[in-house]
Amino acid sequence: MASVFSPPGFDFSNQLRNNFIAEKGLPLPKATSTGTTIVGCLFEDGIVLGADTRATEGPIVADKNCEKIHYITENIRCCGAGTAADTEFTTALISSNMEMHSLSTGRKPRVVTAMTMLKQMLFRYQGGVGAALVLGGVDATGPHLFTIHPHGSTDKLPYVTMGSGSLAAMAVFESGWKANMSRDAALQLVKDAISAGIFNDLGSGSNVDACIITASHTEMLRNVEMPNVRVQKERQYGFRRGTTAWKSEEIRNLIVSEEVTMLGGGDEMDTT
Amino acid sequence: MSIMDYNGGSVIAMVGKDCVAIASDLRLGNQALGVSSNFQKIFPITDRIFLGLPGLATDVITLKERFRFRVNMYTIKEEREIEPETFAHLVSSTLYEHRFGPYFCEPVMAGISKTPSGGTKPFIAATDLIGCLNFAKDFVVAGTASEKLYGVAEGLWEPDLEPEDLFETISQTIMNAVDRDAYSGWGCIVHVITKDKVITRTLKGRMD
Repeated sequence: MASVFSPPGFDFSNQLRNNFIAEKGLPLPKATSTGTTIVGCLFEDGIVLGADTRATEGPIVADKNCEKIHYITENIRCCGAGTAADTEFTTALISSNMEMHSLSTGRKPRVVTAMTMLKQMLFRYQGGVGAALVLGGVDATGPHLFTIHPHGSTDKLPYVTMGSGSLAAMAVFESGWKANMSRDAALQLVKDAISAGIFNDLGSGSNVDACIITASHTEMLRNVEMPNVRVQKERQYGFRRGTTAWKSEEIRNLIVSEEVTMLGGGDEMDTT
Repeated sequence: MSIMDYNGGSVIAMVGKDCVAIASDLRLGNQALGVSSNFQKIFPITDRIFLGLPGLATDVITLKERFRFRVNMYTIKEEREIEPETFAHLVSSTLYEHRFGPYFCEPVMAGISKTPSGGTKPFIAATDLIGCLNFAKDFVVAGTASEKLYGVAEGLWEPDLEPEDLFETISQTIMNAVDRDAYSGWGCIVHVITKDKVITRTLKGRMD
């Protein structure tokens, strides 16, 4: 009999069956991936992170407005590219561990700590967890910006890009980035870099998300730029009621109604 | 040919005005050979949550039972019904647990959730086969006819449809999409969930 409590970690119970199916020549179905443009850059008093909002399943756009800038701690955020489920769950796990870590040490969490936790997890799975990340934040030692590759290697640079739109975005950074930029100039550069990805890379699209992290506070700018808003439909496409022919109907009432019927045939109490 | 297409089948969920609808086809096939025209892929989880499970039929049944077990455990421990948002995360983490040996299903959820102020809010969500959640404000699709469903739904869906109008829109969407998919069809079923009732209808569609 199956235990009520399942142990932590991954469950490999379907692997034998799935490998058998793969051997029969049926390819494993593809998971949602964030084709993605994600960027980060350093400015005079902190970090700006940026991301597009498209999620794809092969050539199909699965989500037109997803969130790719994930919360790690109040002063650290992480952009995710690659297998969407992996970026979602990896950042959620590390966020939880970072909270526990800062609670047990009693200090404000550091970016290198998050970076080390992430790279050690990704290295352990040898690239199987397909998360490509841009990690940025400001801590006691100043602003930090990292990229973390799916196999666990990391870079520390003043401006970084990742995902399928990384080349388009990097072209913008290479021509426009300067040391000690103002907050507004850095945000504009990040918007331009993401826009370059949105318009030139098929894997990226829809809106621009940004996040500005400084020593004092973090500002999450969801959909700062919306260059691809759907125009109002020019006609109504509703159907007249009764268009669809149906064979059977069952209505389940969720409201419990109660009707009280008096018994005893009107033999009321004498109240005189 | 992918293992996800082995038995065929499709599901769609849509948001309306204070209501949601979820619809599926009723086919179970063995590749091109039709086996059943009454294979349920949508399951009630609570009074106000429905879960659609298109994909490999063996996993549809396994997951249905797995979710029944986990929702029952939740209800006993918490002494209350599960909320749609919570259930979506339960589905997501159950699938991600099997990241390196997945179930070949892409769940679609529809329900009515309670707001802290005592009101109700329509809720729909879908995940991929390893549990990446997609909370959409309009509609979500999955299954062998998903590409067609995306196209038709994108054209027909409009905001704030009343339950009866939402029924027409979702019915026309699934029937027309499914008729262009060889692996889906053989009848359709639609559930419209409002805050005080659930309307279930089986549609008259092509049987070829």
